[in-house]
Amino acid sequence: MISAPPPLAERRGLLHSISIVLYRFPFLSVIALLLPILLWIGVIYLGSLTAMLTQGFFYLDGFTGRIVREFTLRTYQELLLQQNIDIFLRTIVMAAAVTFTCALLAFPLAYFMARFASGRTKALLYLGVMLPLWSSYLVRIYAWKLILAQEGIIGWLANALGLTGILDAILSIPGIGGPSLSFSIVGVYIVFVYIWLPYMILPINAALERVPKSVIEASGDLGARPGYTFRRIILPLAFPGVVAGSIFTFSLTLGDYIIPGVFGNSSYFIGQAVLVQQGTAGNIPLAAAMTVVPILVMGVYLLGARRLGAFDAL
Amino acid sequence: MKLKLALLIVGILLLPLSAAFAQDGMMTAVGEGEGQVDIIAWAGYIERGETDPAYDWVTEFEAATSCVVNVKTAATSDEMVALMNEGRFDLVTASGDASLRLIYGGRVQPVNLDLIPSWGMIDERLQNAPWHTVDVDGDGTAEHYGVPYQWGANVLMYNTAAFGDQAPTSWSVVFEEQTLADGESNAGRVQAYDGPIYVADAAMYLMHHQPELGITDPYSLDRDQFNAALDLLRQQRALVGRYWHDAFIQIDDFVNEGVVASSSWPFQVNLLASQGAAVGSVIPEEGATGWADTTMMHVDAPHPNCAYMWLEHSLNFSLQGDLAAWFGSVPAVPAACEGNDLLGETGCQVNGFENFDRIQFWRTPTATCQDGRGDICVPYYEWVSAYIGVIGGR
Repeated sequence: MISAPPPLAERRGLLHSISIVLYRFPFLSVIALLLPILLWIGVIYLGSLTAMLTQGFFYLDGFTGRIVREFTLRTYQELLLQQNIDIFLRTIVMAAAVTFTCALLAFPLAYFMARFASGRTKALLYLGVMLPLWSSYLVRIYAWKLILAQEGIIGWLANALGLTGILDAILSIPGIGGPSLSFSIVGVYIVFVYIWLPYMILPINAALERVPKSVIEASGDLGARPGYTFRRIILPLAFPGVVAGSIFTFSLTLGDYIIPGVFGNSSYFIGQAVLVQQGTAGNIPLAAAMTVVPILVMGVYLLGARRLGAFDAL
Repeated sequence: MKLKLALLIVGILLLPLSAAFAQDGMMTAVGEGEGQVDIIAWAGYIERGETDPAYDWVTEFEAATSCVVNVKTAATSDEMVALMNEGRFDLVTASGDASLRLIYGGRVQPVNLDLIPSWGMIDERLQNAPWHTVDVDGDGTAEHYGVPYQWGANVLMYNTAAFGDQAPTSWSVVFEEQTLADGESNAGRVQAYDGPIYVADAAMYLMHHQPELGITDPYSLDRDQFNAALDLLRQQRALVGRYWHDAFIQIDDFVNEGVVASSSWPFQVNLLASQGAAVGSVIPEEGATGWADTTMMHVDAPHPNCAYMWLEHSLNFSLQGDLAAWFGSVPAVPAACEGNDLLGETGCQVNGFENFDRIQFWRTPTATCQDGRGDICVPYYEWVSAYIGVIGGR
């Protein structure tokens, strides 16, 4: 008599039975694959974000210096103080100016890289754009300190070329000037533009690479002059790339607290104010409330960017 | 019967041990070391030769006592208080504002001076300083909650060329617009400290120049006095190109940015002087703000014997002198000023030894005025937001 072979699952062991279960219930394997990242986003990221935002509804008792964990809106009211509004406006205007300038500077270079450069030139250009990102952010900032200082490279050059008058004229503009480039808002702006420029060039370049040559040739065949083709064909197709790049430059400027700490006239930006409120003053509720401002600004910005099709170009 | 005898013997054996913890948990004898001591300190306060081999005051202590020193550096007084609240540390080098918070919060224990043989060597001006000598239990005698470590002043640093080799005599050079000895205005060429506590510097200036405000303590300002100080700081804003908070950036500003006068630390003055820069420092007629740090012991210190050994070691002449040279501070032990190679002959004088009485030592402003006027003072967190406003041009 021949005995019947043992059932398949028994012969192959545990792993085999797991794979059978996964085969019969496919959604289980999807859950298993997504669980780590869902936990990461859900617990660590959203969890800490919620914890932080909740802090904004508490307040600091001025007498004891302790945080009172009772629901209140008074901390959010403090955001409306004129000195805080100044900080928000200063930061947002700077972010907008930096983004606009980066777009103006990046577009021609990205255009050249995508349409005209080839072979070695193209490789060199890519390297040139990426290279600064490989070195430390702090090292590059302190290098600019030497360039922009009163006794720095630009000051020396202006002196040597007899252009001190022009430099002084720029520095005497009320509101943005100062004793030297590195002590003025202009200096902050220059360094911001330098630091974030690669983040604008790369998305624009990616968008331009995707504009089909045939479309441009067809435009020419139909009698459009180059300027018209640029305005009606290339720019609309590349614009989502510009918007995508602007998300980087705008949000990065909005959150940075190192550059305005090293350059400028010491006026606070949002990031610095948050740092001081939670570190020096121990006023965590106000610091948390302040972080809501860039979150809201970026929310509005991203909604607008989606309308302009930025997420198709990422 | 035998059991009773055994209990008696055990009791007798335990007697000296219990005596060791008499008097509010104060130890009466330092026993065998526990093998380690955990200290919360300012960066640069406890060096073991890793940054610069010449500056090492830990290795010899570890060799002599077999207590391994573990240092946790803290950047602010708030951080120090938070770490002490967590517990498990033995010692902390607390500044004037943190020390009182720690004492009244019951986080530190009184120190038995009999176990610190070098106590008598400490500067008499520091021995009973109010930021560590407090009568908490109200029995009429104040206890000592720690051992003084180092102190220093926020001096006025100036460019000797711009001032025509004539040291400025008043803080007015950073508060009021004026023409300096080199014929140019001070506007855009002076700096102020980028921290809310600088409001006290303005208040100290007003103490001398607007006595009608009645300021007696620059850290206890009522609303009117506070507003007057802010007005002075707004006036200063027009003169300041950039506020300073990083010692090394300020050094760069004096070298490359044409800054000629600012409140500063002896640390920057010493460093610039060693580079041959034309700078000097002075404590002007109004006095100066400053800090005084005390090594304090946690109420539940896990390694009390090693902690007491460190407290004694912290008064060691060569440690005090080396540290003063490293940090630009003044030793708590005056005898350490002499015969220290790193500090040099005039080190203590340069760092401000003779100016003790002219320094308003740093304290955190609270709603309760420190000068007994009641709860009418402006608390620190308002100093923070107001100073942000001043710097932003409001």
